[in-house]
Amino acid sequence: MLAVHLPGLDLKNPVMPASGCFAFGAEYGNLYDLNKLGAIIIKAATLEPRFGNPTPRVAETPCGMLNAIGLQNPGVDKIISNELTRLAGYDVPIIANIAGSEMSDYVETAEKMSLNPVVKALELNISCPNVRHGGITFGTVPEIAAELTERVKAVSKKPVYVKLSPNVTDITAMAQAVEEAGADGLSMINTLLGMRIDIKTQKPILANKTGGLSGPAIKPVAIRMIYEVSQKVRIPIIGMGGIQSADDVIEYFLAGASAVAVGTANFADPFVCPKIIDDLPEKLKAMHVTDINELVGRSWKACAKKNESSLR
Amino acid sequence: MIQEDMLITGQRSLADQIFELKLRGKLAANVSEPGQFVHIRVNGQSGSVAPILRRPISICSRDRAKEEITLIFRSGGLGTDLLKEAEPGERLDVLGPLGHGFPVRDIHDMKKAVVIGGGVGVPPLYGLSAELVKKGVSVLSILGFRSAKDVFYKKEFEELGETVIMTEDGTSGIRGRVTDVLDGMDFDVAYACGPLPMLKAVQRKVSDRPLYISMEQRMGCGIGACLACVVHTTDQNDSKGYRRVCSDGPVFRAGEVELC
Repeated sequence: MLAVHLPGLDLKNPVMPASGCFAFGAEYGNLYDLNKLGAIIIKAATLEPRFGNPTPRVAETPCGMLNAIGLQNPGVDKIISNELTRLAGYDVPIIANIAGSEMSDYVETAEKMSLNPVVKALELNISCPNVRHGGITFGTVPEIAAELTERVKAVSKKPVYVKLSPNVTDITAMAQAVEEAGADGLSMINTLLGMRIDIKTQKPILANKTGGLSGPAIKPVAIRMIYEVSQKVRIPIIGMGGIQSADDVIEYFLAGASAVAVGTANFADPFVCPKIIDDLPEKLKAMHVTDINELVGRSWKACAKKNESSLR
Repeated sequence: MIQEDMLITGQRSLADQIFELKLRGKLAANVSEPGQFVHIRVNGQSGSVAPILRRPISICSRDRAKEEITLIFRSGGLGTDLLKEAEPGERLDVLGPLGHGFPVRDIHDMKKAVVIGGGVGVPPLYGLSAELVKKGVSVLSILGFRSAKDVFYKKEFEELGETVIMTEDGTSGIRGRVTDVLDGMDFDVAYACGPLPMLKAVQRKVSDRPLYISMEQRMGCGIGACLACVVHTTDQNDSKGYRRVCSDGPVFRAGEVELC
């Protein structure tokens, strides 16, 4: 009922924690059995270790939060030797998020990661809004995104999902560019660039000044983008942005997602992923749906069918 | 660490914008050190999404027999303003106990301790002092507040040992800052919790004896995953180079992390 099959990923259910919100699973693994999860998208890896941005790194917003962690991570080699070794003990597919400043960083990091047997797919982070170099520029210019995708695909031993930035005028152009460049799937969406100003200090709250907005506040944006993109590409989409319930998961599937990732909601409720997974079967039963895959893109597929019949 | 809908057994105002909240539940039994904290979902039973993040609040004290923890917090923010409205009989979604508190196990050769608190940093020092007194350590408390209207728990600390109240405007106790009276004090170990400038000043004064400080930082997950609350280590050669206030702290040995 919940099983989903995507390039490189045989998932027992379509729910996974989103990159950056779950570190490498150790902390949440103390709270529940990680085997329950469909997959885990681990925190972004860069070629060299990164400390990230100064604090404050988070600020709450209405129905959301801003973060500017700045891709803090111990570097790809340490992630492979420490984190992946531990994660190998679980029966859960790992999706490795890859970030960098230069194209060559991405390529080298992606190759190393993809060689590890624990890693079943890569998620190419071309959309982190919180690092000065790279990241965002790779995610806003279709030609550059396509070139990066092509070069990473050339070295990767595993399928590559490209994580798109919503901070663009035309998300479908980005999606189509990376699809043509060989992407096996898409992750949508990364955070929206935002800012909060403290009225007492009269300065931005985040030390980085700007940060990425996540949480329920961005869900309608993600739904709209997935609705548009899923009608223009043939590759599957992992949907994310403000998911906190089984109903949200269903909405994402209806928009055109084939799997989902849960980010910010883990902070409000650390058990949210297993809870959603437990809630899904009953929700689907109530909808007379026997296989969650039936729901993919139903919001626009039904619409297309209606148009066809009205033409006849 | 567990997640529990704890029963509110009491809530009262202690001082200007300062509230004392008592919560009952199994979580209380898991508290292992004074200085640990809980992460509270403050949307109450509204089912509302907002506020989306939990609020970290230090545990003031724990009553094992009553299965109760006492928290003291300052209102004035979106979350804490909701929290102060919570009534006895209601339940709160609490995650905890979290973090590492003040080390009280290895204090066998310590006879005299000084606890130094500033404002809303005072509460965890109460549980600490009670624990130290139980272990036969004599505790001197130096508690700093802005003004007389902000002072709380004076009597409670006095019951545990000598207590010096300091206010910035002199309306209660001695006029001045907590560090003004530290010189010449006789103690073997010091513990501090309060605003960053206070912690820095204390660290400068107490360089010759063990000092433990409790840090505050904006948090996301509260369990060490999101890396929102990191601080640099002072040791440049440290293998990680950082500590997470939520899970490696909030209490650190002075000099372990940079105070900035």
